[in-house]
Amino acid sequence: MNLYTRRRLANGVALVAACAAAAFGLLFLGWILWTLAAKGLAGVDWALFAQDTPPPMAEGGLRNAFYGSAVMCLMAIGIGTPLGIAAGTWLSEYGTAGRIGTAVRFVNDILLSAPSIVLGLFVYTLVVQQAGGSFSAMAGALSLAFIVLPVVVRTTDEMLQLVPAQMREAALSLGVPQWKVTMQVLYRSALPGIVTGVLLALARISGETAPLLFTAFGNQYWNTDITRPMASVPVVMYQFAGSPYESWQGIAWAGALVLTLFVLLTSLVARAVVARHRVSHD
Amino acid sequence: MNPQQPHDHIVRSVDEEQQRLKGELLRMGAMAADQLLAALDAVDRRDEAAARSVVAADAVIDLLEQDTSQDVMKLALRGPLARDLREILAAIRIASDLERIGDYAANVAKRSLALNAAPALPQIRGLASLGGLAAEQVRRVMAAYAAQDADAARRVRDADAAVDAQYTGLFRELLTYMMEDPRHITGCTHLLFMAKNIERIGDHATNIAENVLFLVTGEETFPPREKRDATTGP
Amino acid sequence: MTDPRPAKLAARGLDFHYGDFRALKSIDLDIPERQVTALIGPSGCGKSTLLRVFNRIYALYPKLRASGQVLLDGEDILDPKYPMNRLRSRVGMVFQKPVPFPMTIFENVAYGIRHHERLPKAEMAARVEEALRQAALWDEVKDKLGQNALGLSGGQQQRLCIARAVALRPDVLLLDEPTSALDPLSTARIEQLVAELKRDYTIAIVTHNMQQAARVSDFTAFMYLGDLVEHGPTGTIFSNPSKQQTEDYITGRFG
Repeated sequence: MNLYTRRRLANGVALVAACAAAAFGLLFLGWILWTLAAKGLAGVDWALFAQDTPPPMAEGGLRNAFYGSAVMCLMAIGIGTPLGIAAGTWLSEYGTAGRIGTAVRFVNDILLSAPSIVLGLFVYTLVVQQAGGSFSAMAGALSLAFIVLPVVVRTTDEMLQLVPAQMREAALSLGVPQWKVTMQVLYRSALPGIVTGVLLALARISGETAPLLFTAFGNQYWNTDITRPMASVPVVMYQFAGSPYESWQGIAWAGALVLTLFVLLTSLVARAVVARHRVSHD
Repeated sequence: MNPQQPHDHIVRSVDEEQQRLKGELLRMGAMAADQLLAALDAVDRRDEAAARSVVAADAVIDLLEQDTSQDVMKLALRGPLARDLREILAAIRIASDLERIGDYAANVAKRSLALNAAPALPQIRGLASLGGLAAEQVRRVMAAYAAQDADAARRVRDADAAVDAQYTGLFRELLTYMMEDPRHITGCTHLLFMAKNIERIGDHATNIAENVLFLVTGEETFPPREKRDATTGP
Repeated sequence: MTDPRPAKLAARGLDFHYGDFRALKSIDLDIPERQVTALIGPSGCGKSTLLRVFNRIYALYPKLRASGQVLLDGEDILDPKYPMNRLRSRVGMVFQKPVPFPMTIFENVAYGIRHHERLPKAEMAARVEEALRQAALWDEVKDKLGQNALGLSGGQQQRLCIARAVALRPDVLLLDEPTSALDPLSTARIEQLVAELKRDYTIAIVTHNMQQAARVSDFTAFMYLGDLVEHGPTGTIFSNPSKQQTEDYITGRFG
C-alpha cells in the first residue's frame, strides 16, 4: 500500500471515529434534553411562577425560588463584576511584567477552579457562623460572587491584553491620561469580551447548588429580606428531586427545564454580543 | 571612495546582470578601437575590400548598443540606488559614446574609398599617428572602466590635449599642402574630414572618462579641460 | 553641508537603554523644520527607538530609559520638568498599524482635541473637518462621520489616524512605518499626503523601504546597531553616500 492510500485510510478512520464520538455526545445531550422536556414541560404552568414552594404532597410553584435565584445571582454579579474588572484591568495594564502579576494570576486560576462547595464553606465560616449561625441570602450571594470574581478577572485581563499596544500608545500620545485611556478606549474595545465573560459567569452561578446549601440555606416561604435565608432554584431542585413526593418531583423537573432554558438563553445572548461587536485586531 | 565592493548583492541576479552589462560595454569598446585601427590600415594600404568590411562591421556595434539598452532597462526596473544607479546611468552614456566612436571609425573607412581615387598623400602618416593616439585613448579609458580606476580615467581625460594638439598640427599641414597645389585639394579635404572624425573619437573617449569618474566617485562636474584644438580659434 | 532650515528637533548625545542593553549610542541628529527626515536602517538598528524618544512614549514601559538631550525648539523634552501635556500637544505620532479607536469617525478625531481644549459644538465640528481635510479624507467620510471608524478600509483608517494626530495642531509629526501595512495605492496616497503636510509640519518618518525614503524625504539618516552612521540630504545619500556601510545597505549588499 503506498503512502497516499495509507494516509487516506488513516484519514477515513479518524473521520469515522470523530463523527462517532460527536454522535455519542450528541446522543446523550439529546437524551437529557428530551427527558427534561418530557418530564418538565408538564409542570411549566402559570402556577410555577405564581406560587411558592409547597409542603410535601401539596401543589405549588417556584416563585420564591425564582426570586431568590434572581436576587442572589444579580447581587453576586453586582459584587463580583466591578471587583473583577478592576483586578483584571490592573493585571493587564500594570501586572504583565512583575512577579506580583504572575502571583495574582496564579491565585486567580486556583480560585477559578476551586470546588464551589469549598467556597460555600468558606463563606459559611466567615459570615454565617460569625452571625451566630443565621443563614442569609447575602451570604449566598457572597459565595456566588466568589465564583463570578475569578471568571471576570480572567476575562477582563485577557480581553484587555488583546487590545493592541499601539492603540494604547496612540491614545496616550494624544496626551490623554492613562485612566481616561483605559476607560474610554480600552474598555470600549474589550467590552464585548468582558460582557460575554459576565454572562457566562451568570449562566454558571444560576445552577450552583453546593455553596448555597451552607449560606442561603433555603426557605419554604416567600422572603424578600436578604439577611434571612432565601430559596433558590438549584437548592429546591436538590430537595424536591430526591423526595418520594410526586408533586415535588414534578416541580423539580419543571424547575430543571426552566433553569436549562435560562442557561441556554444566556449563552446565546453572550454569543450574539460577540458576533455583533466583533472587533477584529488583525 | 573604495572602488572595491566587499560583498555581493544579496539578490545575486543583480551581480550577474551588472557583469553582463559591463562585458557588453567592454566588448563594444574593444571593437570600436579595433574598427578605428582597421580603418586606418585600409587607408594606408588603399585596400577597398578592407574598407568595406569595416563599414559593414559597424552594424555589430550598433546591435551591442541595443543589447546594453535592454540590460540597462532590466537593471533600472530594480530601482537601483547609489552606486548601482550611477552604474546604469554611466552605462547608458558610455554605450552611446562607444556607438558614436564606431560610427566615426566607419566614416573614416568609407571616406577612404573616395580618397583612393586620388594619388597617395604624405599626410596619411600623420593621420595614422593621430588615429593610433585616439585608439590608444579608447583602449585606456575602457581599461579604466574595467578596473574602475579613477586615476586612470583622469589621465585619459588629460591626455586628450595631446590628441587635440596633433589634430591642430595635421590641420595646418593639410591647409599648407592645399595652398601649395590645387590638385591636392580633393584628397586633403577628405583627409581633413577623416582627421576631424578621429579628433571627435578622442572627445568621446574623454566623455567616457568623465562617466567613469562619475561612476567611481560620484563627481558630476569637472574642472575645464585644456582644449588645444586651436583650429576653431585661440 | 548646511541646513538652510533651523533644527526643530535635535538629539544631543542621546543614549537609550533597554535594561542593560544600549539601544542608542550617543546620537547627535537635527530634524530640520518643515522638512521630511527619513530614518532608515536594518531591523534592530534603533530607528524606531529613536523616533519613540522624540515623544517620550517609551516612558510607558519600565526598564526603558533615555539619557542625553532632545531639544524641541531649544527646550530639553527629556527633562522631567518639561510638562508632558505640552509635549503631547506639540508632537504627534502615527503608528505602523492603523489603530482607529472603537468610536465614530468624528469621535476619533475629536477625542484628542477634547482632552486639551473645551470647544463649542460648531467649533469642534470645524476643527474635525479641518483635520480630515488635511489628511485628505474629508471627501470620503463627510457623509458618514457618525459611522464606526472600524468600517473604513486600511488606507482610510491610516489617514484617519493621521487626521487624529494633526487635529491637535502639533509642530512635529512622527510617522513610524506608516505605510508598511498598506497596499501600493494607499501607500502612494499617504506619500502624497506627507508631501502636502510638510508645508505645515516638521516630519520624521521611519521606513524600511528605501525607495520610499528616496521618494518622500528631504533628509535621510542611516542607522546601524544604535549608531547614527550617516545623515544628509536625501539626494546625496541615495546617489553618492560617503560611508561604505551606507552604500552596502542601500544597494542591498548587506551581508
